[in-house]
Amino acid sequence: MATNGHQPPPFFRRGLPPTAKLTIYIALSLALLVGDLQMSYLSTLRQGVTILTYPLQIAAATPAEFARNVANYFNGLITLQRENERLRSDRLQAAKQLLRSSQLEQENTELRGLLDMRERVKVRAIAAEVLFTARDPFSRKVILDKGGNQGVEPGLAVADAVGVIGQVTRVFPLHAEVTLLSDKEQAIPVVIERSGLRAVMFGTGSGLTELRYLAANADVRVGDRILTSGLDGVFVPGLPVAKVIRASRDAAESFGRILCLPIGGVEKSGSVLVLGRAGALPLRPSEEALDPRRTAAGRISQRHELQSAPAAQSAVAASVSTSSSTSSSTAKAISASSAAASHSAMPKPARNTAVIATPVASAPAASVSTPQGDR
Amino acid sequence: MLPTHRSSRILLPVRMNFITISLIVALVLHFVPMGRFYAIPDFVALVLAFWCVREPLRVGMGTAFILGVIVDVAHGAVMGQHALAYVLLAYTSTVMSRRLLWFSPGAQALHMVPLFLMSQLVMLVVRLLVGGRFPGWEYFFSTFTTAALWMPVHFVLLIPQMRPIDRDDNRPI
Repeated sequence: MATNGHQPPPFFRRGLPPTAKLTIYIALSLALLVGDLQMSYLSTLRQGVTILTYPLQIAAATPAEFARNVANYFNGLITLQRENERLRSDRLQAAKQLLRSSQLEQENTELRGLLDMRERVKVRAIAAEVLFTARDPFSRKVILDKGGNQGVEPGLAVADAVGVIGQVTRVFPLHAEVTLLSDKEQAIPVVIERSGLRAVMFGTGSGLTELRYLAANADVRVGDRILTSGLDGVFVPGLPVAKVIRASRDAAESFGRILCLPIGGVEKSGSVLVLGRAGALPLRPSEEALDPRRTAAGRISQRHELQSAPAAQSAVAASVSTSSSTSSSTAKAISASSAAASHSAMPKPARNTAVIATPVASAPAASVSTPQGDR
Repeated sequence: MLPTHRSSRILLPVRMNFITISLIVALVLHFVPMGRFYAIPDFVALVLAFWCVREPLRVGMGTAFILGVIVDVAHGAVMGQHALAYVLLAYTSTVMSRRLLWFSPGAQALHMVPLFLMSQLVMLVVRLLVGGRFPGWEYFFSTFTTAALWMPVHFVLLIPQMRPIDRDDNRPI
C-alpha cells in the first residue's frame, strides 16, 4: 500500500481538551462580532479575506450567469424585437427630454449666476451591473461589479433608470456591496416633492419603506413622490425615491405611519448607476467659521469685531503691495477693501462695493471678501 | 468478534488534500448566488460536520472558525456570525462522533438535524440581537435540506477511501 500522502493519525498529539478549545474559539468569535459592530478597524481584515473569497464567488456566480444567459438566448426573436422596439421609443422620449434638459441646465446656471447662488451640485455617475444578491437572509444587499478601483466610494447612491435603489455600504477593490432601500438598517434623507417637507426614510425589511418621525398632521398624501434631499452631503439631491402608498394617522400615537413603495426596481435591477457628487464636498461650517464674533451663548460680541478689523486691513495692505496695478486703482482698492473690513457686520453691500468700485484690482479685494460672502 | 455496524468496513486512511479540496468545493457551492431562496442547504456546514464526525483529529474547531470567517465575509454578514455557529457545530459533532459512527448514514442524518438547527439558531439569535430583521420561518428549511444531503455526501466523500472488494476467505477480517 502506498503511504505517499497519508499521515499517521496523531494518537498522542491531542492538544488542548475540546472544551478549552471551544471556549477559546467562542471568545474569538464574540470578539470578532463586537469588533465588527462597535469598531471599524476590522475592515482591513474583511478586505484581506475578500481577496481570497472573491475569485471563489466569481467562479460560483459565472455558471449561474451562464445559465441565465442561455435562457435569454433561447428567448426568441419576437421578444427581442419587441424589446428593441420599446427601447427605441424609450430612447426617442429620453432624447427629447435630454435636448430640453441641456438647454434648461444652461439657463439654470445663468440664472443662478445672476442670483449669485452657489453652483448646483454636479453629478458623477458610474455604470455598474448587479452581480448577485448577497446571501445574508437578515439583510437586503446586492453586490456590484465595480469597486474602489473604478471610483466607487462608500456612501454613494445607487439608482436604476427610474429611481434610487440603495446606497453603497462597503467597497472592495473590485466589487462593492449595496444596501438596498428595503433593508431594515437603511435610512436616507428625503424631501416630499409636493410640500417640500423634509423627512428620513427607513426600510422595513419587507420591500416597503417608511417615513418615520413625521408628525401625525404632517402634509403627506397618498401618491406623493419622495425625492432625495441631499442634506446629508452624500446623496445627490432630487433623485426620485418612492411613492407614498399609505398614510394612516392613529390618534394614539404622536407620529403618523407613512408607508412608501420604492420607485426603482429595488429587488430586481440588473444595470444600475452609482451616483455621487463631483468635486469635493463643501466643508461643514464649524461654529467659529460660521461667525467669529459669535460666542457660545449666541450673542455677537463687539470686542471681537474691533480686533478683527485691523487684521483684515493689514492683510489687504499686504495683498495690494504685491499687485502691480496703477496708483489710482490701488487707492480705490484700499478704500474699498477698508470699507469691506469696517463694514464686516454687513458683508453683502461691502462686497458689492468692492466688486463694482475696483474693476482693475478686484483680485486682492475679492480675496478678502469671498470668505464673508459665502457665509 | 466485531459488531456488524456499517462503519466496520475497513477504509483507507483519508488524504488531507482531499479534505481541503472538498471544503473548497463546498465553499464554492455555498457561494452560488441563489437570491432569496432559503431552502438552499448550507454546504459548508454539511461538509465540515461530516469531516468533524469522520476525522475529529484532523478537522475541528480551528477549521470551522476559519471557514466561518470566510463565509461571513463572502455573505456580507456580521463578522463572527458564521464563525460562532460553525465552531459550535464542529464542537458538538466532534463530541458526538464516537457515537454517531455506529449508526447507518440515514440515522446519522437524523442525528445531525438538531446540530444544524442549533447552528442556524445561533446565527438567528446573533443577528436579531444586533438588530437584523426576522427572515421568516422558511429560514429553517435549510436545516432539513442540509441534513437530507448527509447520505449522498456520506457516499461521495468516502469514495476515495474505499478499497476494492477482494474476497479472501483466509483473511481474518
